[in-house]
Amino acid sequence: MIYAVLFYLVAAFTVACAAGVALSRNVVYSAFALMGALFGTAGMFAFLGADFVATVQVLVYVGGILVLTLFAIMLTHQISEVRVSNRSVAAVPAAVLIAAVAGVLLLAILRAPWKTIDPTAPQATTYAIGELFLGRFLLPFELASIVLLTALVGAIVLSRKELRG
Amino acid sequence: MQQFADGLMEPGGPLAGISTPLGYVLVVALFAFLILNFIMLVAGVTSWVERRVWARIQSRIGPNRVGPQGVLQWLADGIKNIMKEDIVPEQADRFLFKAAPYLTMMGFFGAFACIPFADGVIAADLNVGVLYITAVTALVVVGILMAGWSSNNKWALLGGIRSAAQIISYEIPAGLAVITVVLFTGTLSMQGIVEAQGAAPWKWFLFANPFLFVAFFVFFTAALAEGNRTPFDLPEAESELVAGAFTEYSGLRSLLFFLVEWGNLYVIGAVATALFLGGWRVPAVTDNPVLLGVLQFLVFFGKSYFLVFIAMWVRGTLPRVRVDQLMSLCWKYLVPISFVNMLGAMVFFVLFPEGSPVVRFGMVAFGAALLVYFLSRVVFHIRRARPEFHLSPFA
Repeated sequence: MIYAVLFYLVAAFTVACAAGVALSRNVVYSAFALMGALFGTAGMFAFLGADFVATVQVLVYVGGILVLTLFAIMLTHQISEVRVSNRSVAAVPAAVLIAAVAGVLLLAILRAPWKTIDPTAPQATTYAIGELFLGRFLLPFELASIVLLTALVGAIVLSRKELRG
Repeated sequence: MQQFADGLMEPGGPLAGISTPLGYVLVVALFAFLILNFIMLVAGVTSWVERRVWARIQSRIGPNRVGPQGVLQWLADGIKNIMKEDIVPEQADRFLFKAAPYLTMMGFFGAFACIPFADGVIAADLNVGVLYITAVTALVVVGILMAGWSSNNKWALLGGIRSAAQIISYEIPAGLAVITVVLFTGTLSMQGIVEAQGAAPWKWFLFANPFLFVAFFVFFTAALAEGNRTPFDLPEAESELVAGAFTEYSGLRSLLFFLVEWGNLYVIGAVATALFLGGWRVPAVTDNPVLLGVLQFLVFFGKSYFLVFIAMWVRGTLPRVRVDQLMSLCWKYLVPISFVNMLGAMVFFVLFPEGSPVVRFGMVAFGAALLVYFLSRVVFHIRRARPEFHLSPFA
């Protein structure tokens, strides 16, 4: 009972924050609302018993990506002006796109064979994640590393003047 | 904590007959209350200790008027700040300006949930403890950025941006140093890491092998930078930025930021103690569990407060670095050092999965020699330089 109440509170918080990201007129507000949405997602992972993923969600998304986003936003000139901040354009194509995505998501939700787990006994997941990353899913893991490495090299090429052809 | 809560709710316990979720909520609230009070006391007293220690280092007297030797100075400061007017600048973003101190406070307070004070005395022994502490302290940065932006002040914004750049950069060497420890324990739980060490100094991770020895110094340096401490306190460099991100804050809100700063000092010391200095481990000198717990707590607190003292000492001794020096120290020195160090630790782990007694005692001997050399230098300088102590600080 109390579990369900907590779950819906966290879910409502996440959705409200996500709506804030999309609807806010000021991009700084959007960024801070994004923090709430990311925390809410971490809470969702915690409800699923995925302690490691929940912590990494906060570490990577709030501690890394969100802070860098804020950093970039604050270095932008005249950021609080609404005209340059979060403009909403192209309402009709956006509505079509949203309807399409919502339809696909609904279909996925209704068709998925949901597995239910016992919520009272969360197990430690860190060992299993490590084993899987370095065992069964080694190739995708290494591929992700290569993608990151490529991105790093690309960033250096773009930012260094003497490397630009 | 769960065992503790279950124990209270057993038939005959003080919370017998209460519904289980309510009991848990009550116990969590109790822990939060205790930890919050502990933080307030530590941060407050630290503010007084720090001012006295600097004063001694700089041949001044420092606060000595309120109470014997000025020990109650922090209470007077606190009351003064509570009674001050809470000013919100006209052009500031009111909501974010008011929210920022709470966010900073939350991030700092959250870290205490996973600090192991003694055997079984931890608010939540999470399976991912170290990772959790690293993650939750990220909120402090968000709070500082929020304060910097919402103040609508050039200096505040610059301070906030500096702080974010600094913390993001120094998280990498700090994280790599923590990974080096985790490599040898195989667990991320704070209690697990403490239990993998022993009470005697030669059983601490600090002296287990050369790589952990280096990792300790990398961690401590990076943690000082993450905590915005001198010589890395560029985000609030008084000579350049007034008070950085906190420029526009007054009264209790400004006090909260300073509380986080002093409290963070203790968090740095506590985490470094748990990871490298054996945490609360003491020899089993008594059978009484309560007495043993108190002893463990005192040992843990003593070690972590010694590290706090070292941080004060560093602050009183070293000048502030420049921004470019700060970044080059991190990216050109600490990051490569910590990567090489981690690779070395991996090789060591493959060669000696159980640790090597020869290396261990070699490291202890090296550490002792370093300490003796350092002390001899201190004595030499005091004798040769003959500093005249014009003031007697304890008069």
